[in-house]
Amino acid sequence: MSLDSKIPQGPIAEKWTKHKTLIDLVNPANKRNIDVIVVGTGLAGGSTAASLAELGYNVKTFCYQDSPRRAHSIAAQGGINAAKNYQGDGDSTYRLFYDTIKGGDYRSREANVHRLAEVSGNIIDQCVAQGVPFAREYGGLLDNRSFGGVQVSRTFYAKGQTGQQLLLGAYSAMNRQINRGKIKPYNRHEMLDLVIVDGKARGIIARNLVTGELERHSAHAVVIASGGYGNVFFLSTNAMGSNVTAAWKIHKKGAYFANPCYTQIHPTCIPVSGDHQSKLTLMSESLRNDGRIWVPAKLEDAQAIREGRLKPTQIKEEDRDYFLERRYPSFGNLVPRDVASRAAKERCDAGHGVNKTGEAVYLDFGSAIMRYGKEKAIMQHLHDASDEKIRELGEAVVEAKYGNLFQMYEKIVDQNPYKTPMMIYPAVHYTMGGVWVDYNLMTTIPGCYAAGEANFSDHGANRLGASALMQGLADGYFVLPYTIGDYLADDIRTGAISTDSPEFDAAEKQVQETIDKLLANKGSKPVDHFHKRLGKIMWNKCGMSRNEKELKEAIAEIKALREEFWRDVRVPGSAHELNQELEKAMRVADFLELGELFAKDALHRNESCGGHFREEYQTQDGEALRDDENFMYVAAWEYKGAPEDAVLHKEPLAYENIQVKTRSYK
Amino acid sequence: MKLTLKIWRQKNAQDKGRMVTYPIDGIDGDMSFLEMLDVLNDGLVSRGEEPVVFDHDCREGICGSCSLQINGEPHGPDRLITTCQLHMRKFSDGDTIVIEPFRAKAFPVIKDLMVDRSAFDRIQQAGGFISVNTSGNTIDANAIPIPKNDADHAFNAAACIGCGACVAACKNASAMLFTSAKVSQYALLPQGRVEATQRVLNMVAQMDEEGFGNCTNTGACEIECPKGISLENIARLNRELLSAQLKG
Repeated sequence: MSLDSKIPQGPIAEKWTKHKTLIDLVNPANKRNIDVIVVGTGLAGGSTAASLAELGYNVKTFCYQDSPRRAHSIAAQGGINAAKNYQGDGDSTYRLFYDTIKGGDYRSREANVHRLAEVSGNIIDQCVAQGVPFAREYGGLLDNRSFGGVQVSRTFYAKGQTGQQLLLGAYSAMNRQINRGKIKPYNRHEMLDLVIVDGKARGIIARNLVTGELERHSAHAVVIASGGYGNVFFLSTNAMGSNVTAAWKIHKKGAYFANPCYTQIHPTCIPVSGDHQSKLTLMSESLRNDGRIWVPAKLEDAQAIREGRLKPTQIKEEDRDYFLERRYPSFGNLVPRDVASRAAKERCDAGHGVNKTGEAVYLDFGSAIMRYGKEKAIMQHLHDASDEKIRELGEAVVEAKYGNLFQMYEKIVDQNPYKTPMMIYPAVHYTMGGVWVDYNLMTTIPGCYAAGEANFSDHGANRLGASALMQGLADGYFVLPYTIGDYLADDIRTGAISTDSPEFDAAEKQVQETIDKLLANKGSKPVDHFHKRLGKIMWNKCGMSRNEKELKEAIAEIKALREEFWRDVRVPGSAHELNQELEKAMRVADFLELGELFAKDALHRNESCGGHFREEYQTQDGEALRDDENFMYVAAWEYKGAPEDAVLHKEPLAYENIQVKTRSYK
Repeated sequence: MKLTLKIWRQKNAQDKGRMVTYPIDGIDGDMSFLEMLDVLNDGLVSRGEEPVVFDHDCREGICGSCSLQINGEPHGPDRLITTCQLHMRKFSDGDTIVIEPFRAKAFPVIKDLMVDRSAFDRIQQAGGFISVNTSGNTIDANAIPIPKNDADHAFNAAACIGCGACVAACKNASAMLFTSAKVSQYALLPQGRVEATQRVLNMVAQMDEEGFGNCTNTGACEIECPKGISLENIARLNRELLSAQLKG
């Protein structure tokens, strides 16, 4: 099958408007006869479901959580970008488009990104109308802050809980439609396969996680909005249940999987404390607005700190290495995530790390606290305020801005970040890769769509902060409601899809066999044992920096681990009850296949770009070295039976509105 | 650390359920409470026994999935956190820890420590929304200035994570704090005022129908709430309800 991205003709700024006016529509009476399944209820899934139901389609939503409100979008902290230019600091649709393409290291599709920038402002209007309580200034207007990789303030936020507030907004829009009977929510349900009839996506097999029953659900189109696959690393900032299963199952049924190796390692997470660790906690990028990142400049100081003989507050200003400010003076602490993460790893590898494991750097609010304190003192006419008073005033300002993050840090680490710098280290956070989709967000399976983090479309090789929320809501509120109608216009005479068909029989049988096989295995080790080992291989050999030798080792090791898993995993309990170990086993089985494709993709891409850093391809001062001549394409993999047999299809990327340059934040 | 865990085990909704004692060793103060349960479950599965079922997901205190009653308190002894943010350093070597599900008639047990909180969803479905379409065809976000103080109070109410600790803490198993948080968020914003009358009537009616108890202003909910949702919200709901009933 050849890849057709279906990008509309015409100037970039007109493509989307023109496309919307030309695509086919479904009249309201006919929408009532069309069913759509949405898998996942985060920002992308929730907004898709609500919007399609409003239009009149019959929607069924599926989520593994007990309520749509618990999808992991809830945990996004910092904010959402929009080219509103409320600050009058030079922002525009073009600038957001440009920043996103550059931030993605020239590996994303121009037309998609421009559309994203175009609709971004409307997202904020929409959310405010829904009652999302964004942060405001004293004049009553919306407040903004800055995120990495940009030089304007375009990020809207609700303290450090922006994702929560946006998701609750989408959830409220869903609730309105559930109340009207237009959405049927299937909570505590997990999609385990896609059903294709006559070449079109026509339904899913889902397991009711409470009773264990397998259910058949049919529809005229299926939307996968199941998030990213960061949990292939076991330790990540994703939720424990976040998984690749829905995306992987459609891949195995014919949807190409694009750029699996593009992973975002977020620079500011709380460092790993021990082997028992089950997940990592992010400290929002917004903290880099005010926090300064440093390590001790002298190796002996770093060692003394690791051994507990010295405190960070005792290190003099001139003995601190603010390495981001030093290496990237024009963006300083607000360089993009991939750049900040690699720089932190470089310092730690050179022996300057600051916690017991040597894998941590400082994020220091000392100077911000004093700066804000002085501003406050002036405002309160305290002309001879003591340092202590200034610090107190400054701490109050910092608390108002980041209070919940500081509290979260203190509960986990048991240290007071107002008094001593935070310790942070990079961790897996987001996956730019995902299911390949065309301009309409349709996968290579007709009638099967992918939205939000589950697709690959907008972020290239690196995502800028506060852009995930923007993309999820753009896909669901403003893109799919148009593009899905274009496809469904051909289905107005189809009528309800029967679940009593050989295709449904076959799909259900296959799922049943996998479940039976896992339960009958009687191996010796729990699922987590294999998941942790997979995570170690991924982190050590497919993590922040990669090389040919280790990627080849990773492929062999993952393959061997997968075989061992199927031989030796132990899943207690039965299929006909709530069985959390069985749920985990099915997810890890898919991660064990995806992980290998991930490594294969990383191995084939002989260049460094964004989050994909190959040690063989770097400049003299350690920056990523792209190879535009040979790799300016989307790598879309076709499933052929085993990850090693996956076939590569290339979608060339053309930049007609942006000059491709070496990405520099110096 | 060496600990004794007394955990509620219940096979399914029909089973009567019972407390089972598990000794556990090698627990580190830096572990979270749920990681301690992971260690327990790892051991149980390795021995061929069924692991303890509990709800959890984000493990950073925001999704509202985790829901344990620990030594009689929802989310355990610490304040302003969920169970996943509780760390074992809050306990001492040799402690006995009693772990139960959230108890309420409206939250039936599904299995072990997992309960059904879908009643909360149904309360939200009854009126926890503003009736605007998501078409984006609305006014500019800055067209209506909102006083910062109102916006901040609306945010504080909206920070509710729907975990159900308020219900579990309440001697009447009342859902007033939960319901009032949503009613307050919208009541404080101009966008929400339009439907304020119907919203409060519908949400309170649904809350009563679900079998939650009445509020007697004890205030245990506010103390146990991991997000610090204030009792002021309940007062606001009562004002809204009274004025809606007078209008209605």
